[in-house]
Amino acid sequence: MAIYTREQAEALLKKALAYSKADECEVTLSGYNGGNIRYARNEVSTSGAEENVSMSVESRFGKRSGVATINEFDDASLEKVIRRAEEIARIAPESPEYVPMLGPQKYITTKAHFDSTAKIDPAYRAEAAAKSIKAAADKGLTAAGFLEHSTSFMSRLNSKGLFAYHPSTVVDFSVTMRTDDGTGSGYVTQDFSDVSKLDTGAASQIAASKAVNSRNAKALEPGKYTVILEPAASIDLLRNMFNNMDQRNAEEGRSFLSKPGGKTKLGEKLVDERITVYSDPAHPEIPSAPFAGDGRPREKTTWIEKGVIKNLYNSRFWAEKTGAKSVPNPGGVVMEGGNQTLEEMIKNTKRGILVTRLWYIRSVDPQTLLYTGLTRDGTFYIENGKIQYPVKNFRFNESPIIMLNNLEALGRPQRINGNLVPPMKIRDFTFTSLSDAV
Amino acid sequence: MLPSIPVFGDIISPERALEQVDPALKKRLADVALNTAKSNGASYADVRIGRYLQQYVFTREKQVQNIVNAESYGVGVRVLANGTWGFSATSDVSDKGIAKAAQEAVAIAKANSKLQKEPVRLAPVKGYGEVSWKTPIEKNAFEVPINEKADLLLAANAKAMENGASFVNSALFQINEQKYFASTDGSYIDQDIHRIWPNFTVTAVDKASGKFRTREALSAPMGMGWEYMVPKAGEKIKGPEGTGLMGYRYAYDMLEDAALAAKQAKEKLTAKSVAAGKYDLILDPNHLGLTIHESVGHPLELDRVLGYEANYAGTSFATLDKWKSKKFKYGSDKVHIFADKTQKGSLGLVGWDDEGVKTKQWDLIKDGILVNYQAIRDQAHIIGEKESHGCCYADNWSSVQFQRMPNVSLAPGKQKMNVDQLISGVDKGIYIAGRGSYSIDQQRYNFQFGGTVFYEISKGKIVGMLEDVAYQSNTQEFWNSCAGSCDESDYRLFGSFFDGKGQPSQVSAVSHGSAHTRFNGVNVINTARKI
Repeated sequence: MAIYTREQAEALLKKALAYSKADECEVTLSGYNGGNIRYARNEVSTSGAEENVSMSVESRFGKRSGVATINEFDDASLEKVIRRAEEIARIAPESPEYVPMLGPQKYITTKAHFDSTAKIDPAYRAEAAAKSIKAAADKGLTAAGFLEHSTSFMSRLNSKGLFAYHPSTVVDFSVTMRTDDGTGSGYVTQDFSDVSKLDTGAASQIAASKAVNSRNAKALEPGKYTVILEPAASIDLLRNMFNNMDQRNAEEGRSFLSKPGGKTKLGEKLVDERITVYSDPAHPEIPSAPFAGDGRPREKTTWIEKGVIKNLYNSRFWAEKTGAKSVPNPGGVVMEGGNQTLEEMIKNTKRGILVTRLWYIRSVDPQTLLYTGLTRDGTFYIENGKIQYPVKNFRFNESPIIMLNNLEALGRPQRINGNLVPPMKIRDFTFTSLSDAV
Repeated sequence: MLPSIPVFGDIISPERALEQVDPALKKRLADVALNTAKSNGASYADVRIGRYLQQYVFTREKQVQNIVNAESYGVGVRVLANGTWGFSATSDVSDKGIAKAAQEAVAIAKANSKLQKEPVRLAPVKGYGEVSWKTPIEKNAFEVPINEKADLLLAANAKAMENGASFVNSALFQINEQKYFASTDGSYIDQDIHRIWPNFTVTAVDKASGKFRTREALSAPMGMGWEYMVPKAGEKIKGPEGTGLMGYRYAYDMLEDAALAAKQAKEKLTAKSVAAGKYDLILDPNHLGLTIHESVGHPLELDRVLGYEANYAGTSFATLDKWKSKKFKYGSDKVHIFADKTQKGSLGLVGWDDEGVKTKQWDLIKDGILVNYQAIRDQAHIIGEKESHGCCYADNWSSVQFQRMPNVSLAPGKQKMNVDQLISGVDKGIYIAGRGSYSIDQQRYNFQFGGTVFYEISKGKIVGMLEDVAYQSNTQEFWNSCAGSCDESDYRLFGSFFDGKGQPSQVSAVSHGSAHTRFNGVNVINTARKI
């Protein structure tokens, strides 16, 4: 058994904690049960399943800390792992960034576990792949795809009285379809907590039509273009921005949010006023854990409001040291958008380029958050409200900060990799060279 | 592809990492897997009993941030039944657990065989009987007390801080793979594989202007033991005049590099911003390795060429028709690129691969012409090879083995030449050292690479530091602009410790050797922006 109920988890954690002789002790039990299927050249290439559950113990004597883990839970094993963590703690150096363990916390309730997803079996996986392969074969295309699902839980109990438990499920699906002449390629990706929302056959039709329509792309000169970035295209750039919103790095002077003299851009307007970003673990579309990895409660938090930086996340140590509000990092984020569909956004575009996906995105300059990467698997020229023809892929060099200042329009947000992000129309997006890749 | 740092398995004590599992026990357990697979209808089976040890130490400035000691132990069984692969893995290393995994692997193979169009064809391999192999290390890094390792990192941090760094993060990664492979071909192969990687990032901040710059370590991850961490004068190769740089071959001097890194990070704050345009580039081996990795290593993986990685890593421009033509000019006549799993000190160095094939060296590009790919047992027939190249790898007992990049290296020049002599012929150029930003498209045509330090070359001499440099090129154009390399005495290894491929993603470690090399007329862009 890899997935414990709240009661089962709490009982086992209590039993383990009872062996502790340390000043502070925290026991974490987590479990995973998942599977995947991979296909290429319209055949299943690999398929597998994995199940595991493990317990991690952190024991502390003063400012010394030790960690040990185990995956057997009989009484002798529980005592052994607690003793082991205590032995390591006794010989560890004192941590200059020590903060005491948290006491009891209040967490909001989130529904992130769905029985539909927990019940996925090998037959479901095979059928999901078969539907996707059929969508490709019907149009004479070749599919390579991957479906992965998991049910997991995390629970924690410490000697200060903190108890946390969170079960969740997720399914991720993606497929790339290519034309046999090698001149067209299309992609789609979807993820859900509840698998009943996933139809791999219907999703695969999107990849299929992009593949067919992207054949024999024309070359446009590199330069600055108005682009419509689908959520699968913008998510990595946005995530890179969110991942750099750490207070400590900003105050140490090594972040895009740093200012001369050790100051930060917290409270300043940095992007277009139509940009508002928040996180909410209870959001029904992207439910996530109501607590962070260190046990702090995650609540609805606004990160950017009308273009102004409202919060930076920090560690408990840094918050205490600087007297700042303690803010844990978020799970998924929501970027507010409008009501336009992608089709309506295309209709309202005089000239522009539709981008399905960006690829191999790497940091070029952390100071300006400049990134480079390429378009991939469906890039199209729009004129007078219509997709006119496919275009060859571009390399871009762009900063999400510059991009969010050059905002033209936002569409209706969609779930992407556990976040909700709208399609975005951006002017003057910088393409620096052409790529021959299809 | 470089994913975030993975940690597998359970946390253990440092002493436990020194224990070994008895080969006689492993042989008995392996036979359980092979016999069960055969009696359930497998025509072929292999089993990997693996113990994977990781020790990572992380520090910043004056403090140890984290120490990870992890062990992962289990068994993976792969079978061919009805001409189709099946795989199953378990952490239950008992007769019962292994037999169950073998049965499951056969059941999965039989179920998937309904979707198989053509049966798998395996290139033949000799049974080697009971053999063993060990990375030729002088000192097992796991035997060195953790405190000694933490002290070395903290000493390097102190050197950086003394020399003007604002911040420094350093880390030491050590891996030991204890792998036992057995197959129905009659091999029982016990291997003990070691890898090590010291690394740091130094940051300099100018508080007045708010500008910050970083300089990465010029170490390489190696297939070596603790001996790599002990500086040796004979393993240092002096960098170009006017840079203060030092190259490290089979021994690294972390303190020396940290001190120079701090000085260079500070110098970068006021360095001249590059004027975009065409330049001749002189690339240091610690930089060129990543260019080789991305623009030669990956496109010549046969599974990518065939479309198996289309949904994630991508396909390849180096299609079979180009190889069949025997005329495809991948690079200039100076370009001789070879693959191997046998090079001294390299990350790919092993005796046998993860399907029991003895490792070797072979050519990929000869005199600029594409001559071969990287292929494993079930692919060899596609390119007319009689045997596998021996580059099959799984990153854990629980992962299925597949084709992974061997070491891919650029042969050094045949004429005697050092880096200053190579630079002396350049009128307008840029010298680039170390790894920086790197990005390439999914068919490996268009790439953009940065570095960690850049110097302007004018009329044959280094004249000062540059900043905001990245070069953009097309793989074939770039390698055809190759104008030659320094000689063998300048040759050394670069490495990628956590190269990612596959879904679910697996990591592997691979080295790339080269000497300083010149490329003519490459497009350089200026990456400075204002936000």
